[in-house]
Amino acid sequence: VFKRFVEIGRVAFISFGPHAGKLVAIVDVIDQNRALVDGPCSGVRRQAMPFKCMQLTDFVLKFPHSARQKCVRLAWEKENINEKWSATRWAKKIEAREKKAKMTDFDRYKVMKAKKMRNRIIKHEMKKLQRIAAKKAKKPGKAGKAPKGKKPEKAPKAKKPEKAPAPKAQKAQK
Amino acid sequence: MAGEKAPEKKPGEKKPAKKKGAGKKPAEQKPSQKAAGDKKKRVKKYHASRNPVLARGIGRYSRSAMYARKALYKRKYTAPETKIEKKKKEMPRATITKPVGGDKNGGSRVVKIRKMPRYYPTEDVPRKLLSHGKKPFCEHKRRLRASITPGTVLILLTGRHRGKRVVFLKQLDTGLLLVTGPLAVNRVPLRRAHQKFVIATSTKVDLTGVKIPKHLTDSYFKKKRLRKPKHQEGEIFDTEKEKYELTEQRKTDQKAVDSQILARIRKVPQLRGYLRSTFSLSNGVYPHKLVF
Repeated sequence: VFKRFVEIGRVAFISFGPHAGKLVAIVDVIDQNRALVDGPCSGVRRQAMPFKCMQLTDFVLKFPHSARQKCVRLAWEKENINEKWSATRWAKKIEAREKKAKMTDFDRYKVMKAKKMRNRIIKHEMKKLQRIAAKKAKKPGKAGKAPKGKKPEKAPKAKKPEKAPAPKAQKAQK
Repeated sequence: MAGEKAPEKKPGEKKPAKKKGAGKKPAEQKPSQKAAGDKKKRVKKYHASRNPVLARGIGRYSRSAMYARKALYKRKYTAPETKIEKKKKEMPRATITKPVGGDKNGGSRVVKIRKMPRYYPTEDVPRKLLSHGKKPFCEHKRRLRASITPGTVLILLTGRHRGKRVVFLKQLDTGLLLVTGPLAVNRVPLRRAHQKFVIATSTKVDLTGVKIPKHLTDSYFKKKRLRKPKHQEGEIFDTEKEKYELTEQRKTDQKAVDSQILARIRKVPQLRGYLRSTFSLSNGVYPHKLVF
């Protein structure tokens, strides 16, 4: 049921408070509500922090409880948490959200145009495949219709990633 | 005291320093007379006080003695002619002679140019109290938001062009913003817009080296009104020119400005389409959350 546990070395993401958006490692548990927490590579001083503002990630570091900051930093850099974190979908979603909020009016227009173009291409391909399917359905009759209808759906999905990186890359450059 | 030596020099002398020492004066006379041609500075050399002080506020010599000591009998100046006196000299024509027309034709009559008023009010208007800091509109300080610079793309919010995105050119003397579509892009001509009813986006068109004609001022854009109410109460509304008529001058000015701007717009990808589109809000879009 639960997959991520609070343990020594668990890397947590701080969701609100003065250090919102940073990663920390749990060094020790103080009581039911608080933990001693340290984030040497993310600019968080060693301090007590309530569990409520922490969200557990998948990463666990190996260091003994109440280890000093140097040990925490070594473990952190050994595991290369910063890079692993930015490769996760979680971090990417956060980044995408930030970018969207920063979009200027001109950017919004460009995104709108890109989306429109992409959807047109997809629809175009879909229509093509539907027409082929409809034609094939006419000839053999009702028996051949059902399996043929499923196949064309996979093809347009392959086309999508092509066009998607192009407009998204524009935004990512900002 | 120092004045015992030499009588006073002419005021047109140009030795700058105010000097006390009497002994120095004759020596300085020569170089000061050399530079007589240099009348530009006209700095007077002041003599120290010729009236030694006995006690504070009390001098040794009386008024008449001082008159003599300062040789004021020699120094008589007239005040420069004031503007009022100058104006008084040239008297404007008071009357004019006109020929007699109508029945008693021939001959001429004398008519006063400035006639006496035909009406005097029963009560005099009382004098207004002085107020301070109330400036007329022409003297008001014009401000411009820091986000609005020449070349900024603005979104018009009011008027018949509401929602259109438009290029800002300059701020006019009354504080209104001179703005253009350009016309070929979104049918907004050279027009004035009010700063308050405009959203400034962060998109800017590079307008370095673009020359905007000098004659595009507020009076150029002001609405023209005919002022000839010969009709009485009946058809006043007809004479007011309600329809706006496009003049050739406007067309040439539009072309002159737009040709320069269109070239720059074409350089930025997608900018032309952006200016052609209009701004609108939809569900879930909140202006206070948008970054413009």
